[in-house]
This record gives sequence, structure tokens and C-alpha cells, in this order.
Amino acid sequence: MDARTSDFIYLDANATEPLRPEARAAVLAALDITGNPSSIHAAGRAAWNILETARKTVATHFAAKPEDVVFTSGGTEANATAIAGLAPGRHVLVGATEHDAVRAPAHRLAHTVLPVLPTGQIDLAALKAALASHPKTLVCLMLANNETGILHPIAEAAALCHAHGALLHVDAVQAAGRIPCEAPSLGADSLAVSGHKLGGPKGAGALILTAATQHLVSLIQGGGQERGRRGGTPGLPAIAGFAAALKAATGGTHLAPLRDRLEAAAIASGAIVCGAGPRLPNTTCLARPGQRADTQVIKLDLAGIAVSAGAACSSGKVASSHVLMAMGLTELAGCAIRISLPWNASDTDIDRFLQAYRAPRQTMEAA
Amino acid sequence: MIYLDNLATTQPDPRVLAAAEPYYREMFGNPHSADHYMGWQAGKAVDTARAHVATLIGAEPREIVFTSGATEANNLAIKGAARFAGLCGPRRIVTLATEHKCVLETVRDLGAEGFEPVILPVRPDGLADLDALEAALRIPTLLVSIMAANNETGVLQDISAIASLANRAGALFHTDMAQAAGKIPIDVTASGIHLASLSAHKLYGPKGIGALYVRRRPRVRLKPLFSGGGQERGLRSGTIPTPLAAGFGEACRLASLELAQEAARAALLRDRLILRLQSRIPALVQTIATPPQLPGALSLRFPHAGAMDLIAACAKNLCISAGSACTSAEIAPSHVLTAMGLSAEQASRTLRLGIGRFTSAVDIDQAADLLADAHQRLAHLRHAETPA
Repeated sequence: MDARTSDFIYLDANATEPLRPEARAAVLAALDITGNPSSIHAAGRAAWNILETARKTVATHFAAKPEDVVFTSGGTEANATAIAGLAPGRHVLVGATEHDAVRAPAHRLAHTVLPVLPTGQIDLAALKAALASHPKTLVCLMLANNETGILHPIAEAAALCHAHGALLHVDAVQAAGRIPCEAPSLGADSLAVSGHKLGGPKGAGALILTAATQHLVSLIQGGGQERGRRGGTPGLPAIAGFAAALKAATGGTHLAPLRDRLEAAAIASGAIVCGAGPRLPNTTCLARPGQRADTQVIKLDLAGIAVSAGAACSSGKVASSHVLMAMGLTELAGCAIRISLPWNASDTDIDRFLQAYRAPRQTMEAA
Repeated sequence: MIYLDNLATTQPDPRVLAAAEPYYREMFGNPHSADHYMGWQAGKAVDTARAHVATLIGAEPREIVFTSGATEANNLAIKGAARFAGLCGPRRIVTLATEHKCVLETVRDLGAEGFEPVILPVRPDGLADLDALEAALRIPTLLVSIMAANNETGVLQDISAIASLANRAGALFHTDMAQAAGKIPIDVTASGIHLASLSAHKLYGPKGIGALYVRRRPRVRLKPLFSGGGQERGLRSGTIPTPLAAGFGEACRLASLELAQEAARAALLRDRLILRLQSRIPALVQTIATPPQLPGALSLRFPHAGAMDLIAACAKNLCISAGSACTSAEIAPSHVLTAMGLSAEQASRTLRLGIGRFTSAVDIDQAADLLADAHQRLAHLRHAETPA
């Protein structure tokens, strides 16, 4: 094992969560099954049993029907499948602070960007106006934002959408496993989820459909797997791990006190919290006026603490966060870091973080 | 239980699992996180894996795009090349009647986007008719997609010859190498291949990952199947599953090292199986009577029993299949076998066997005996049922 890894404080859960032991056990067990779940012999049936058991677990968690769970390679594919498969014939309304996995496919289609309020939440009045001016729409909103943790008022948005005959696709990648995400109570017509953001392995996710989205057109064709909605041999180990992680994920409420303690101490040392609405229990986006975000993350990395300056996929890019810009935090956008607590975060992790975070600049440079 | 369905999927090699394992433990970082050590560590693992995949097929690491598997790679190659080229140039897309369902469906569906699907028949021996291909290519063609090794019969197409025909006609050449990669030597650069699809779980890697080779010089341009965070140079968005990539890389590294030896071993076992079966069932017919064929692959037609009955009769001890796993539950005759001229009735008596890395000589002998016994019982039953 790598010496540096063992004592690293990992506070970048929104990029990827550490694998839960239950998920690891399920992955390793599934790796031992040789069969292809589509094969009819004993090895195939063993694989099929794992696949369908996982499907039932996922369906139960999101209060969906097992046949409406479409396994994908992850959240990006789930979002892309929903947008490409539901948008034909509809104008797309997409939130300004969505993840690139939603923005990029939506922006390729005829679309309107919905603004957010300074709190970070979607502007429901703007949504209402946009719904009124387009006869048929697909609305794409995230439940929880990956950079700020801000929760959008999905149930209210859903009521508006359905009153106007719109379909609502919800990106629940950051929310799933951390807060309740039942499709019916959210009012979502489809839901995208990623395994590795809830303590499962990378390489599996799901698109959850409902009665309103049965007509979905598949993005990856061939073989007829997933009821013709997604071709290809299902990635069994990752799917099994995803379901096991979902079962083990009992929500993130235990993380809120840790996050709040971290935040209070950071505020006391001059930090500003980006996003004032209701949030995920594990996330805080902290700006330090006058200190560049990349300098902050490098210093923390040298102190053995992993945080990020934005979404992992755009890490390394110099561009300012589109999320913070959309919230009107133009001044703070370049100096905010994201701290996201994993499911196994401890008090010691918070102490170590604060020690490094509050250290005067010269001390951190010396570290 | 004897597993002889290695064309459907293979058991991950223990060395592959060992390579993947650390990324299921402490090295769990997101390989795209550029902000901290844990991300770089995962990113490094992905780079190493990419290099191993590239080496196996004679490509450069930068030419490898990770996907969720060969089906996605095939979709990306064919739709991506067509949609990037658009409808201004040649619209013809040529493929073979014996391709995997995902290639056939993708090519057919591009018809709805204005492209011209051309599905060429094959010769009775399963090989592409190169004269027919050349004739088809007289009409300006955008893309030719022909698999290297068939997933039902194991027949090997002459990929270099097909590639040079495509190149001469100015068409792009894509090949589905899901079955061939790691089993026969491949050099995409020397063969003049533009795009090639791979799957990890067909070569003792894990399910859930594959790759598309996209030639860099001269550069082949594709439109992504879906967009997002812009990973894989914008060609394939989404977090790369580090453990699966590491496992795939190790599987490719092992295949590069052991390919020749393993192919020889599989061929020996195949001959042993045929001999033993033929001694009991002289009227047994090999679908591919003359090579070239994938070393571990066998497609066998039994004289007096249906494939499904044989599978059921041996189900307690033997994992075998009648054809492609994706369509295992279908009653329709195999499109591959019927394209080769077999009748539906002949196709229904045909079994697919795949010998793999973990198949032993004892397995082979037992499997032959199980099949021959079952065949004998079924033949008697059939005979008894048939009125004189």
C-alpha cells in the first residue's frame, strides 16, 4: 500500500465516495461469477440472479418498478440517455447550475437556461414563465448541486412541470444515498443515479423511469439488454456493488454536525459559505476572499487533505465555476473550494482539516 | 461445473483481480480529480492500463478511448464516424450479415438519419466475399464495419485485406475485435484499421469496460455518443472506473505475453474435443470446416438432437450455448448461421463451444462424453417418437 494514501484525509466525496465494505464484498463476489447474465446456463443464471436482485434493490430505494430501472455505466450515461431519449419533440429547459453531464447534452439541443436565485436554488417563477412560453418541454434539474450541495425545490418544480404537460428529468447523482430520493415523492419522471457517488464502485449507475417515460429511445443499441433500452453486457460487478452500497447508505444526516462544525470554524477564520438554501448534509463550498482556489487546494493537498476547487471532471481547467457565477458570486468564484464529507468522515478528519485550513499562509507553505 | 461458453464471457483471471483490487480499497480517488494526490494516483492507474491496452493491438496510448464495453465502442465508432461526417459526403455504410447484433442494429438505424446501410451476405464458409465487398465499394462509401472474429462461429475474417480494400476506396474501416483481441495477434497500425472495438470480459478482464481504438495519424474524427464532463478528450464523458480499467489493462498485458502459448493450447484442446466427439458421433459437422478460426472456438452441428435439448440435458454439468448470449432466450434461428446458408432446422442443431484459459483436458474429455451421451439419449427418444 502507498504510504501517502493511508493517512490521507479525504474530503472530496462529491468527486467520488470511498467504497463501502458492503459494496466491496458484493463486487468481489460478483467478480467470481463467470456467467453472462444473458446466458441461459447455470453460470448465466447465477449472473442473472445477481443482476435482478440488484435491480430490485435499486427499484425499492427509489420507489420504482424493477422493470423501470435501466442500468448504465454511470451518472453521465444515465443523464445523457434521459436527455437524448426524452428530448425529441420537446424544448429543453435546463437549470443554470446543472452538472456538465446535463448541461452538455442539453446545450446541444434547442434549449433555454433557467436562472437560479442567489441562494443557488432554481428560480421557480422563471421556470413557470418558460413552461408557459413553450408548448412541449423536457425540464432537467438536479436534486442536489455537486459544488455547493444546494437542494432544488424539485417537488414544487414537478408540480409546475406537470401542470404544463412537461417531463421532468432529475439528476440525483449527488443526492442519492445522502437524502431520500423516491421518484414518486419528488415527482420526477426520470431520475439519474451514479453508484460511485454513494459508496459503490465506479462503472455503474442507473436511469430510473416512470409511467411517463416508457417511450425512452435508447442511446446505446444492440443485444436487447435492459429491455431494449441499453445494449451491452451489463457490468455485473459494479452493478452488484452499486446495489449493495445503496442498501448500506442510510443517509448522510450523521455528517451534518461534522460539516456544521467545520463550517462554523471556517467562518470564524474569515471564510464565506457559498449558497444559502437548504443543502446536502455533507457539502460546503467555502470562499476565502483574496485567496485563489487552486492555491488553497494545493496547500491542503501538501498537508495531506483532499478537497477540490470544483467538479472533478473539470478539475485542472482554469475556468471559474459556472455554478457560482450563476449564483451571482462573481467575486468569490475564483476563491472557493468544495469540501464534501464522505460517508465515513470522522471528527479527527475535521480537526485535521481545520488545523491546515486555519494555519497562517506561511505555515502552510512550509508544510 | 464445466464452463465452455468463453465466447459469451470469460472468468476474470486471478491476476486481473489482484490488479483491480487496490482500487477497490484505499486507492479509490476519482481519476479525473486534478486537485489532490488521490486523484493523480487513480489517474496514473488509468494511464498504465491505457498503455497496456494499446500495446496489445499495436496502438499508441492516446489512441485508446475507454468505454463501458464493446457494444458502446461499436455504437461510438459507427454512429460517431457517420454523424461527424454528416450527409454531405458519401453516405454508404457497409457491413456483413454475420456481424454482432449491436453493429447490425446501429448500421440499420443510421438509415433513419439519412445514411445508406449496405449489409453484404457472407460465403458459405462464413467469410466475407471480397469481390462483393470491392463491388460494393465502387459506390463512394463512408465506413466499412466488419468484425475480426465472429462470436458464434469463431471464423476469422481477413482483416488486413478488407482494410486495404476500404482504404483504397477512401472509406473508414472499423472492426469489432471483441472476440479476437488477446486471442490472435493484431496490429491495428500495420493492418490499416481506423477504428477497433474491444471488450475486457471477453479476454479474462472484468465486465463493464471496453475500449475503442481511434487512429490518430491521420486522425479519425468522431462525434461523441454522449457528452458531459469531457473525459477521454471529449469522445466519451463519464468517470473512468479505475478498478475496471486497471483490470482491463492487466488482462491485456497478460494476453500480450501469453497469446501464442494460449492459442496453441486452445487449439490442442479443440482438436481433442472434436476427435473425442467424432469417435462417438461420426456424423457431427463443424460449421467452420476449414480454418481460419479463433483458436478456442467451435460451432458444431449434431445429427440427431437439437441444441436447446442438448444444453438442457447437460445443464447440470456443462455451461454451453446455442449462439450469442444476448439472444440466448430467443427462439429465432441464429442470423449468423442462416446467413451462411444453414436452414433454420440445421441452425437449431448447432452448438457454440468456447474453450478458454481455465479449461483443462479433463474438462474437455468430460464435456465430450456428456455431450455424446446426451446426444445418444436424445437420438433414441427422437427415433422412438418418429412413426416408422
